[in-house]
Amino acid sequence: MAAKKSKSKYSRKALAGGAEAPSVAAAKRKSFRSGVVDHRLGAAALQEIAERVLKLSHADETEVDITVVSDALTRFANNTIHQSVAEQYVQVSVRAVADGRTARASTNKTDEASLRRAVQTALDLARCLPKHRGLQPMVRQQKYVKVNRFFEETASATPEARARAVARVCKFAARQKQTAAGIFSSGMLETALANSSGLFAHYEQTRAEFSVTFLESDSSGWAKANSPRISEIDPDALAARASQKSQASRSPREVKPGHYTAILEPSAVLDLVGSIFYDFSGTAVADQRSCLTGRMGKKLFGDNISIWDDVTHSMQLGAPFDGEGLPRQKVELVENGVPLNLVYSRATAQKMKAKATGHGFALPNEYGEAPMNLVFGGGLASVEDMVSSTGRGILATRLWYIREVNPYEKVLTGMTRDGTFLVEDGRIVGGIRNFRFNQSVIELLSNVEMLGPAVRAAGEEAFEMVVPAMKVRDFHFSEVTKF
Amino acid sequence: MDIRQRDLSTKNGEVGMLAESESLGIGIRVVASGAWGFASTDRLTREGIETCAAQAVSIARASALAKIKNVQMAPVQAYVDTWQNPYLKDPFRIPIERQLDLLLAADKEMRRVKGVTVAEGSMSFRRIDQFFASSIGSAIHQVKVQSGAGIVATSFQGKEIQKRSYPNSFGGQHMLQGYELVEAMDLVGNAPRVAEESVALHGAIQCPEGVATIILGSAQLGLQIHESVGHPIELDRVLGMEANFAGMSFLTVDKLRNLRYASDIVNVVADARLEHGPGLGTFGYDDEGVRAQCTPIITAGEFTGYLSNRETALDIGENFSNGTMRTESWNRLPMIRMTNISLLPGTWTYENMIADTDDAILMETNRSWSIDDRRYHFQFSTEIGWEVKNGKKGRMIKNPSYSGITTEFWQSCDAICEREEWTLWGTPNCGKGQPMQTMGTGHGASPSRFRNIKVGVAFSH
Repeated sequence: MAAKKSKSKYSRKALAGGAEAPSVAAAKRKSFRSGVVDHRLGAAALQEIAERVLKLSHADETEVDITVVSDALTRFANNTIHQSVAEQYVQVSVRAVADGRTARASTNKTDEASLRRAVQTALDLARCLPKHRGLQPMVRQQKYVKVNRFFEETASATPEARARAVARVCKFAARQKQTAAGIFSSGMLETALANSSGLFAHYEQTRAEFSVTFLESDSSGWAKANSPRISEIDPDALAARASQKSQASRSPREVKPGHYTAILEPSAVLDLVGSIFYDFSGTAVADQRSCLTGRMGKKLFGDNISIWDDVTHSMQLGAPFDGEGLPRQKVELVENGVPLNLVYSRATAQKMKAKATGHGFALPNEYGEAPMNLVFGGGLASVEDMVSSTGRGILATRLWYIREVNPYEKVLTGMTRDGTFLVEDGRIVGGIRNFRFNQSVIELLSNVEMLGPAVRAAGEEAFEMVVPAMKVRDFHFSEVTKF
Repeated sequence: MDIRQRDLSTKNGEVGMLAESESLGIGIRVVASGAWGFASTDRLTREGIETCAAQAVSIARASALAKIKNVQMAPVQAYVDTWQNPYLKDPFRIPIERQLDLLLAADKEMRRVKGVTVAEGSMSFRRIDQFFASSIGSAIHQVKVQSGAGIVATSFQGKEIQKRSYPNSFGGQHMLQGYELVEAMDLVGNAPRVAEESVALHGAIQCPEGVATIILGSAQLGLQIHESVGHPIELDRVLGMEANFAGMSFLTVDKLRNLRYASDIVNVVADARLEHGPGLGTFGYDDEGVRAQCTPIITAGEFTGYLSNRETALDIGENFSNGTMRTESWNRLPMIRMTNISLLPGTWTYENMIADTDDAILMETNRSWSIDDRRYHFQFSTEIGWEVKNGKKGRMIKNPSYSGITTEFWQSCDAICEREEWTLWGTPNCGKGQPMQTMGTGHGASPSRFRNIKVGVAFSH
């Protein structure tokens, strides 16, 4: 085809870019071991970048948010690896305040010119704005609860190690005459937040995840787990579980839609109850778009439902500070079915005459805050107990494509997937075709008959939370699909 | 790739978000030992790029540990070229004050209407400057500028939250255009109607439950195309590569040119060429160096084509990719994505279609969407509906919803409006892949009529 000579800006000189921050360049050079680039910069390097940014700024106040990511993911399907990727980047985000106005500019380049441009852009943007009502001075140095969520074993995981585990799973699938698909990922995240009022906060974590689907001609099964420690991930056990679920759901029968007792494994619970996290935002209630509007302090859920937000919980991940640098506090959101408390950023707290809880998003934003470390109270029942106590019901492994239908009654729609079973007379009698549901989360949490122990659950629709398996009466499965 | 982004939002008379970002980096995809490897970095020194390339090779060799066969790809010609989408007004050169003033003016108009509890507006602009080079000799420089904007009025009353959006929900309309797109929307002029409708919905009649004729507005139909045509035709999904996350497809390879997908009047294409329009799926070359093409997907109701790449094309006996490999950014592996998946215009004027309809529900502007992991069973609800009785638009309907099975739904289409009513909608938030990538896709559609559709299930208990 016509081949016009490109006059690209991507000359050799341009690609070379400006000089990185010395500490960044040095840290990035540390090692390259068998496909792993060690990208951890450490608090000192991030503090150096932050100080350089703060020195470049002539704003009334300046905040610097630095994120360092190094992630790798091995993806497999049809019993073979079809994608394996790795990424590393640093992002520097600058918020400037000028005469009561604030705006943000970000860059992934740490050379002097780029940092200077980010600082100037943030300031120029801020000056364009009307004054922000409720904008408060930046926070001073804070004290945070120490959390240890960085594990070298995860940060240094190699593509070979992930590939070897995947190869074992694929061979197992082939032996079972099944087909495996999934991911095995590992990586690290480092963040630092600093400002011109003296704040410096640093957090680092690692994360590994294995998710697997086993497929047959008319059935499938799924299992997933994640942890900051890769040694806590057992790909072979997860594969065995997915394989067993696929076998057990062969030749699915069609069951009529209707209201059933539903036994929801933790992943299914997570993806449903995960939808209510923003409803506990003070801003959402002030805007009257939370399902808790007009319902605080009143009995809304069953006696057996208690929910709190706790970043320090042993099964949680995340930084112990919020987007403004305030310490994240533990907040009792629901006690024995009664919504008691919301979470507040500083601006929302001022507006609603409440106390800030350390759950604010990075400024500026219109959403305010949200609890990001939800923990549900659990019980002692196992999924087997739930099955054995059920006359007729549906056991769901995993849910999919969940969307909100009615925001105030919190009705959600979605599908079951990868392991849906009919329970009769206290036992699983076989797989069934997948259902669509239209179910109110408020009603669901009022109809919980049994609770399992709360675990760190992994789904696909909500971020990870600590939730139990649940046995729920009158779950509304509204239609059935063709498989 | 060098990506620049500007995001603005307003809420209830105040600026919510104002931010700009830039991101520059390189992604390197390799085949080594017969397997794929990909690595990316923002460290654009010689040492940084060499390390990144070595990492990609190392990853590929590790991937070969679980290899069944060597990677094979359909041939592609080497191109040395430049491409840029045309636009009139660079959105990054429009003063921020002017952009905010427009949003705040629309916000003010919405808040004039009693009963509106939240008024919101947003704009986003993106410039992607990318250079693609491959070992077969391609060197392709592309620049894409996209713009988008929208407004939303929300009203809480009693135990009900209703909302209306313009020109579309979930961020408005987005296209591969400059600021002229935003200026043409007339956000301020449409703000009072949007606000009034959000409040009026509280007093509207509830969508009945049963089987009915429905007429879908073009924006809702655009999302219907996205979910029930666009995703099932992705060949990587068909071949099982997305089985663990996004799912698979009912369109198994035996169905190609062997399935009645829709009624005779339905024609759908995947068209990434500029002549189709400045959609979010428009480009000069895909991110595998394949030229933009138009592929017939549904032809007079028959299923005639998938979205492929150089690797998967071979699996259906084709010796060329139809050019749908796209990446969100330099740190993501290109994958098969929708381009502009569009329903071609029909022959009906809008007025004639309404006049020809005895009893139907007209549904406009998506509110929620969900479809199973093989793209059979879907359920959509829209922000607003209207009775159509005896050829006339009648009372307002709240909480409209409909559901069905993909092929049964498309086979029930009996009227499609003409080009005059056709809009190339932009869906800026299509998620796929692990790690997740968000991509903009285009969907041309005009209002269309469907018979015997299940309605009202979403709100039945």
